[in-house]
Amino acid sequence: MINNAQEFYNALPILIIGTGILISLLIEIYAEKRKIFQPWISIIIFIAAGSYALLSIEQKSTLFMNMLATGGNVNVFYFIFTFGAAVVTLLSINYLKKYGANYGEFYILVQLSVLGMMLMAGAKDLIVIFLGLELMSVSFYALAGINRKRLKSNEASLKYFLLGAFTTGFTVYGIALIYGTVGSTSIDLIAEKFIELSNNFLFITGLLLFFIGFSFKIAAFPFHMWVPDVYQGSSTTVAGLFSTGGKAAAFSAILITLGALFTAGGAHTFTPYLAVLAVLSMLYGSIVAIAQSDIKRMLAYSSIAHAGYLIIGLAAGNYQGIAGIIFYLAAYTFMNLGAFGIVSLIEGEEEANLDIKSYAGLAAKYPMLAALLSICMFALAGLPPLAGFFGKYYIFIAAIKADLTWLAIVGVFSSAISVYFYLRIVVLMYFKESEKDFVVAHNSTGLLAVIISVLLVIVFGVAPGTIINLISSFL
Amino acid sequence: MSLEIILFVILGGVAAVTSVIVITRPNPIISALFLVLNFASLAGLYLLLNAQFIAVAQVIVYAGAIMVLFLFVIMLLRPGNEEKIFSRNPVVKIIASIVAGVVFLQIVYMIFFTSPSNSVTGEVSASVNAGTVEAIGRELFTNYILPFEAAGFLLLAAAIGALVLAKKKFE
Repeated sequence: MINNAQEFYNALPILIIGTGILISLLIEIYAEKRKIFQPWISIIIFIAAGSYALLSIEQKSTLFMNMLATGGNVNVFYFIFTFGAAVVTLLSINYLKKYGANYGEFYILVQLSVLGMMLMAGAKDLIVIFLGLELMSVSFYALAGINRKRLKSNEASLKYFLLGAFTTGFTVYGIALIYGTVGSTSIDLIAEKFIELSNNFLFITGLLLFFIGFSFKIAAFPFHMWVPDVYQGSSTTVAGLFSTGGKAAAFSAILITLGALFTAGGAHTFTPYLAVLAVLSMLYGSIVAIAQSDIKRMLAYSSIAHAGYLIIGLAAGNYQGIAGIIFYLAAYTFMNLGAFGIVSLIEGEEEANLDIKSYAGLAAKYPMLAALLSICMFALAGLPPLAGFFGKYYIFIAAIKADLTWLAIVGVFSSAISVYFYLRIVVLMYFKESEKDFVVAHNSTGLLAVIISVLLVIVFGVAPGTIINLISSFL
Repeated sequence: MSLEIILFVILGGVAAVTSVIVITRPNPIISALFLVLNFASLAGLYLLLNAQFIAVAQVIVYAGAIMVLFLFVIMLLRPGNEEKIFSRNPVVKIIASIVAGVVFLQIVYMIFFTSPSNSVTGEVSASVNAGTVEAIGRELFTNYILPFEAAGFLLLAAAIGALVLAKKKFE
């Protein structure tokens, strides 16, 4: 419940998205020219919520009977989700028209998924985490199939739904066991009782099941089977949302629970499990990505590898690790959205030009697109001075400080492998002759979205210190 | 005998008899209909335990919505020879009987051979009103207002998602 004006202002980012959804629904029902301004309304809502979250970043509080936290890194996550979703919406306007799937419901579903992500990032209670997760996932299942005339899109939606519903079961069993042993779903109370219960088999099993459920959402190695098929089958812009917002939201929920256990001294309980997950995800993602000829599948495997780097930060179990993860997620969101954005611009009708050979000689025909894609690829490969480099740097430093030097070395080794398949695209664009002749349709909104994400990647790369200091100051 | 005990015996008897009928009928539609009766008598038992909300939810959700879904699925699939649904494999039957027996013995043991723990008897008086609609409503709109609203948005997302994927024609 909201007791005074200040609490109301603190809850504003979430309230803006909530009312935005209802307004968009009414527009969808009544407005004559909804096709034109529905996307712009949802972009305005995202930017309003995200900007307000940044402005009120100092206002730390808990709301709704200790169910929701605001301020600090919660608002950093709000910024990542809302601006990421704004970029996705901007990219989708012309992309959906290309496939004849320009439904107004698309924009409402993106807003609903962002609301779910925000609930996950701000949750102080396992019930809220679970409802946020489900809200996000249900919207994602529908978004995966938004391109409903295409069989592959339907396949992606069904696969994502079946596997997602199955792994949600793990999360719920985990929550049930935690509730059974602790007697409460409040994260503060769970952290309080952690020392007392750290030898309780059921409690530890519950926490582990909870993490396994989220390992699916972040696309870590043994739970990654859905990733390539779903990314390939669903619309490119939607796949961009899955790999950035979805991953960031799942990590935010893990960070809340794990961060709460830090204060109770349980930071290293899961280090062995997380270290194994990190090594497998990084190596599997990087090595299999080399063999891909479809650029969307390549990006899907690369997103598995990136989940691995991020899990190193969890395994490190210190505050540098958490700060590194949040910075990396912010950087990764925009570099990956840039990459998916350019793929969606170059993609022709009926999935043409998705083969990486289509990128041969692109620099001669479209120097602007080639340059932007090169920056995204350099950032994803982790080359300095772009944002991707500093993300990895902070996480590896955290691992070394936690005496996990071997894990950092595996991480560096894996990013060396990944340089090969990222730079292969750049080499194809600049040093090979064009094999296919195709025309990239002019798409000013899409280009604007890509330029915004690339600019953010450069800004994060130029001033990583200020951002990481800001994030660390809230921990 | 008080009215409560008479009602308990009647409802419990109906529940026990119908659950046996559910697993012995060869026709799945008859089984499903007896399952509805079983759920209804369980709802009566919940009422006797002063859990009005669960009783109403049992009738609306289980006996109403879910069983209708069951019946639709059975009628749509229309299994040609119902006899074949049941396995004739004796090993399966033996394993099933053992599992059922163990669960039954466990319940008997819990009821007759363990002393009711103090926490349960101590809290009975406090929790008498916990099952009422008022108590649940008050909790939902005070302590759990955020999860409640979030669940509303979740249902909205599911409805919009189902519409956009299953609608026949878009203009």
